[in-house]
Amino acid sequence: MPKIEVRKLSKVFGPSAKKVLNELEKNFDKQDVLAETKHAIGVYNASFDVEEGEVFVIIGLSGSGKSTLIRCLNRLNKPTGGSIIVDGDDIVKYDRKQLRDFRRHKTAMVFQNFALLSHKNVLDNVAFGLKIKGVSKEESYAKAQNMLSMVGLEGYEESSVNELSGGMKQRVGLARALANDPEILLMDEAFSALDPIVRRDMQFELIKLQKKLKKTIVFITHDINEAFKLGDRVAIMKDARIVQIGTPEEILANPCDDYVEKFTVDIDKTKVLPVRSIMSVPGCLTKLKDGPKVALQEMRANAVSSAYVVDDQLHLKGIVTLNNARQAAEEKKTISDVMQTDIVQVDQETMISDLVPLAAQSPYPIAVKDEQGKLCGIVTRVAILSHL
Amino acid sequence: MDSILLLPARLMAVLLSPWLKFPEIPFIDIAGWIDSAVRWLKENLSWLFDFIRNVIDGMLSGTAAVLEIMPWWLLIVLVMVAGWLASRSIRSTLLYGAMLFLIGLFGYWELMNYTLSIVIVSVILSLLLGLPYGIWMAESEKVRTISTPLLDTMQTMPSFVYLIPAVILFGLGRVPAVIATLVYALPPVIRLTSHAILNVDSETAEAAQAFGCTRMQSLWQVRIPQAAPTIMAGVNQTIMMAVAMVVTSSMIGAKGLGEEVLISIQRMEVGRGFEAGISIVFIAIVIDRLTQGITRSLKKKSGKED
Repeated sequence: MPKIEVRKLSKVFGPSAKKVLNELEKNFDKQDVLAETKHAIGVYNASFDVEEGEVFVIIGLSGSGKSTLIRCLNRLNKPTGGSIIVDGDDIVKYDRKQLRDFRRHKTAMVFQNFALLSHKNVLDNVAFGLKIKGVSKEESYAKAQNMLSMVGLEGYEESSVNELSGGMKQRVGLARALANDPEILLMDEAFSALDPIVRRDMQFELIKLQKKLKKTIVFITHDINEAFKLGDRVAIMKDARIVQIGTPEEILANPCDDYVEKFTVDIDKTKVLPVRSIMSVPGCLTKLKDGPKVALQEMRANAVSSAYVVDDQLHLKGIVTLNNARQAAEEKKTISDVMQTDIVQVDQETMISDLVPLAAQSPYPIAVKDEQGKLCGIVTRVAILSHL
Repeated sequence: MDSILLLPARLMAVLLSPWLKFPEIPFIDIAGWIDSAVRWLKENLSWLFDFIRNVIDGMLSGTAAVLEIMPWWLLIVLVMVAGWLASRSIRSTLLYGAMLFLIGLFGYWELMNYTLSIVIVSVILSLLLGLPYGIWMAESEKVRTISTPLLDTMQTMPSFVYLIPAVILFGLGRVPAVIATLVYALPPVIRLTSHAILNVDSETAEAAQAFGCTRMQSLWQVRIPQAAPTIMAGVNQTIMMAVAMVVTSSMIGAKGLGEEVLISIQRMEVGRGFEAGISIVFIAIVIDRLTQGITRSLKKKSGKED
């Protein structure tokens, strides 16, 4: 069962939101309805699942409704229609007290402009959520202290939050959210207000933390590179609607329309695409137990100057060049005597960008292995360069 | 020649006269209604006004007693200490001390105490009423809709007008002076309290909600502390307006520095008027700087210093 199931979620702003939503369901055109009724449409008919432990990124331009959508997930915005099932409970139907409990125990939010309490010091900010819940002072401070060291801010407990840099402020924001030990972490453009270098650090920090914590994270951004870097799956929003949901790779491979395609133009593909998407079939293979003459034969037949040496399970053992093979044939040696074993081998899920330094060093194409360690393809330098 | 030329105009004036002159409509007599309403209040609710008068009079006497038993030098020292804490500047601190000392030199120390007791009681009452009302106004849109025009009226109405019902209901003296000052000084603190709470950064207010604050938790732990500097600006305004009311309220028999100004107007004594007037200015400056010091330190604490 998914952690969060969103079904036909809509949010209309205005005094007679329900009525306008009914109109919309008959005839959807955002501009028309806006003009006629003076209502604004935040989200229309959004449906998606978020799995436990998944990082689900929602991306869209400003005004596309992504912030409205994430605010529905903790009911800062009350949805006009549809349902949000979290652990089997529809939170749209929650009354005030249930909602408070939900917010105190299941979710926490990180805000774009940090939303720290400037009248409190760093430690009190991090302990805020716990104190609200009624956790004792000692316990909440102890937890807050832990969180601060987790985000690398030990020693700043007594500092005023106003003295911190943007990156440090957001670390406090993140620590405050995590201190509550929420199952679901909502991050609304959490890194958008940070400058690029700090931002990269924070993305790295989040990936690191997520490996340890395995929270269910819903992350909002307008930056496609950030989305594809962090997201297990990405939803793209346009004019209050979700237009496509998929893994970064799926979206890159099959953008559902021009809008999505334009979005993905900016992406640095080498950071998203794994090596398996650009590898080619190895030109020439030779078995370990074959003699050098067989290897020579193979190479001639394929018109190449080197061959990959594999064992019976297709595990790569080394590489022989035409010269190596000739030498072995003349000196009556086996292939394993002459083959070169210092060969670069990568996993098929490695990102293309990580291959660049390897390709520069290696004189031969880079070998790619699958999960079982079997040789499944090679990547030539030309293939890597053509994707940069 | 002239009269011939003017003839058509005169003719017109005669013909149009019913339209040109504003009609007298005898049955709309707002002044009369207000008069009778105030009279009705006086006749039927006198026990209430007597009670209010006694309470305020008690507060005034208490405050005056404290000020009277305080030696003059102690007040000056206290003000200088507060001035040092507020400004951290030796020059300002000495200046505040010198101002009070000058008031004493003018021979107005007792009158200043008397005036101060009226100002202090008015301000305490204004804050007791204004702060909670401002919070209520921020929390309820209905209260806001009703209060805004009321506050506008209270602030633009010439302050002398408040003197009349105050005198009818509470007689002459310092108690109606407090009442009139209260009405005059109340709007800023209400307005700025409500404004400050409503204008707390929306993300910060959302954060309080997102972490599951109750309405009270959000108000007391997040929004009011965040709004504190602006609320304090409202308090400062209210105090200033209470000081400004001193001369006006002397017209209904409140003694003190204001009465000195009034007397010197009647007797055309420029020097006396100047001394009393400048004493009021000194009081205003000292109180203003001290409260602004509090505002500044609140701002600094919440990081809103520009």
